[in-house]
Amino acid sequence: MTYMETNSNLAAAADSSPGSGLPALDPAEVRKSAEEFAMRLLVVEDDRDAADYLRKAFREAGHVVDVATDGEDGLVLALDGGYDVLVVDRMLPRRDGLSLIAHLRGRGDQTPALILSALGQVDDRVTGLRAGGDDYLPKPYAFSELLARVEALARRGGPQAADTLYRVGDLELDRLAHRVSRAGQEIVLQPREFRLLEYLMRHAGQVVTRTMLLENVWDYHFDPQTNVIDVHVSRLRSKIDKGFDPPLLHTVRGAGYILRDGAR
Amino acid sequence: MTALGRLIRTTAFKLIAAYLLVFAIFAGSVIAYLGWHTQRLVTRQAVEAIENDTSFMQAQFERGGISRLVQVVNRRSRAPDAGLLLVTSFNGEPLAGNVLNLPLNFLDKEGWREIDYVRSEDQAAPPSRALVNVLFLPGEFRLLIGRDVVEREELRKIIIGPALWGLGLLVVLGVAGGLFVTRRVLKRIDQMTAISDGIMAGDMSGRLAVAGTGDEFDRLAFSLNAMLDRIEALMAGLKQVSDNIAHDLKTPLTRLRNRAEDALRTARSDEEWRAATEQTIDESDGLIRTFDALLMIARAEAGQASAAAVRFDLADTLASVAELYEPVADESGLDLTLESVEPLGVIGVRELLAQVLSNLIDNAIKYSAPDIPGARGTIRLAASRVDGKARIVVADCGPGIPEADRPRVLERFVRLEASRTRPGFGLGLSLVVAVVHLHGGSLRLEDNEPGLRVIIDLPLAPAMEEVAAV
Repeated sequence: MTYMETNSNLAAAADSSPGSGLPALDPAEVRKSAEEFAMRLLVVEDDRDAADYLRKAFREAGHVVDVATDGEDGLVLALDGGYDVLVVDRMLPRRDGLSLIAHLRGRGDQTPALILSALGQVDDRVTGLRAGGDDYLPKPYAFSELLARVEALARRGGPQAADTLYRVGDLELDRLAHRVSRAGQEIVLQPREFRLLEYLMRHAGQVVTRTMLLENVWDYHFDPQTNVIDVHVSRLRSKIDKGFDPPLLHTVRGAGYILRDGAR
Repeated sequence: MTALGRLIRTTAFKLIAAYLLVFAIFAGSVIAYLGWHTQRLVTRQAVEAIENDTSFMQAQFERGGISRLVQVVNRRSRAPDAGLLLVTSFNGEPLAGNVLNLPLNFLDKEGWREIDYVRSEDQAAPPSRALVNVLFLPGEFRLLIGRDVVEREELRKIIIGPALWGLGLLVVLGVAGGLFVTRRVLKRIDQMTAISDGIMAGDMSGRLAVAGTGDEFDRLAFSLNAMLDRIEALMAGLKQVSDNIAHDLKTPLTRLRNRAEDALRTARSDEEWRAATEQTIDESDGLIRTFDALLMIARAEAGQASAAAVRFDLADTLASVAELYEPVADESGLDLTLESVEPLGVIGVRELLAQVLSNLIDNAIKYSAPDIPGARGTIRLAASRVDGKARIVVADCGPGIPEADRPRVLERFVRLEASRTRPGFGLGLSLVVAVVHLHGGSLRLEDNEPGLRVIIDLPLAPAMEEVAAV
């Protein structure tokens, strides 16, 4: 379900849309600014190669990673606690991933858990989330997708769910009054654009992928094949960034988008 | 012996044996009851006659003493069809009567008894059976009055004998018939078993013979054949899937490999390496997508009930997918119009149906985007209630599909052929068909003049109140 911009004749809208006029950010550049949010992660994955790859990649992104190679070891480590996010493969020796998460939840442990699975159909995701998983990513995945989702699960730095006013730089979003303004100037948004911006602002400073937007703003989990999300984002960008400085909504090459205060 | 053992072990034979046993017990009871009753009747008649005689003889004795009694007995015992009569003195010496060969001291006791006797006037005849009453008269005289009950014995023989024979014959015929019927049943079962063995050995085209009699075996054969048809179709589908997987995955895999080899051979600069690696990732993403679609189609085709099925508003889903695609359509020079007036409650997997609508709209955009800059086209979406069904229409203004090709396009997996010439269309449409069928719906392709019109009919969910009542 990895989203691709290369295949579509309709793509390329995102990076060169009117109003942005700036090159896409390199993921490494985004990383540098995110390093202050180092997380402690537990990866439970029985395939050694995959586990090693994840350990290496998460470390490069500035996070601390422990690895367990079966469900029982994973449960013992997870129960010790102290992790920000668990990344759990679904099919594991000794104890499967769903049972591991269900066991944790049964003990009142609410550490966010992302399920990785080769089973990627609608039913599989539903059973995974019912077992207590917070997110579900079918294999094979792009690491940038996994990283963005894990960081979103940790919910660090961004506003809390209870906040009614989101603010990034001089951009303000009032969730109760459904009003958006930048530098005091009111911006009129369509309902869907409002929800898109709301999601981006809740995850301000974090990379948000196209599939995350499709899932959280539209509640669809399939691959729309065409860059529909890019067009929505570029429309939103033309409303919130056009005529203002600095630009807040950036494209991150090969990963997705990030909304952040350029001054920081 | 083993053949007989097989016959006896069959359900049909056991049923027949049990039925036969019950029938024999019933018939036996009826015969026994009948026999017992006739005997009782004969015995009662004898008892009545003897009692009449007894009171008559006692009256004679009282009137004229022993001499009169002897006189009367003498006269009576010579009459034809007379009962048994005997008068003796106290020491057992016969004074008058027609009975011989009484057991010793037989007359020493009063009361009713049965004896074997010989008549004095017919001493050559075999002894016969009689019911007698012995009385003591004043003066130590003894009087014996009796009636022959040989009729009773004969009656018993007449009834019981043939009945037992009949019963025996019935059992023999029953067992023979049972064996015959069982053998026939067994023969058909054996035929079925033989054909099933053949099918299990791999000959999926084998079918059970239907005799045309409409009996239970025919019905069984019919439903088994229907089951086999379904299994054969599924197996054929499976084979088609694996063939397609082989083709649709091996082709891009080959491309992937060629590209990597080419990079190894020719790439010199970092940029060239990077470009080759990115292409490799893109190619593998395409592979993953194809693989996902194939898996999804296979699962939808299998028709398993989904845990994710819920009741939802299809019109609302269409509006939401239309909203998702509206900006892309707009940028491609297409106006996306939506006609929808009322909610359409259906039961199903919202995600799958949303993907179906997304595929259709995506195809519509790809095929009807105007080539000339500045030109505008239209894609018409409609959700309505038609003939008690939820109808979705996706109509584009592209080249359409020639009428001759339409049925072929809807065939399972055949579209993969088409996908090579028209990228993206193939798997998408066969996924659409699989998901629509999974939801008990139907799909039609029509000419939109110009363009393609896809019409999907899905069953409406029962009204909310009905759902609550269930």
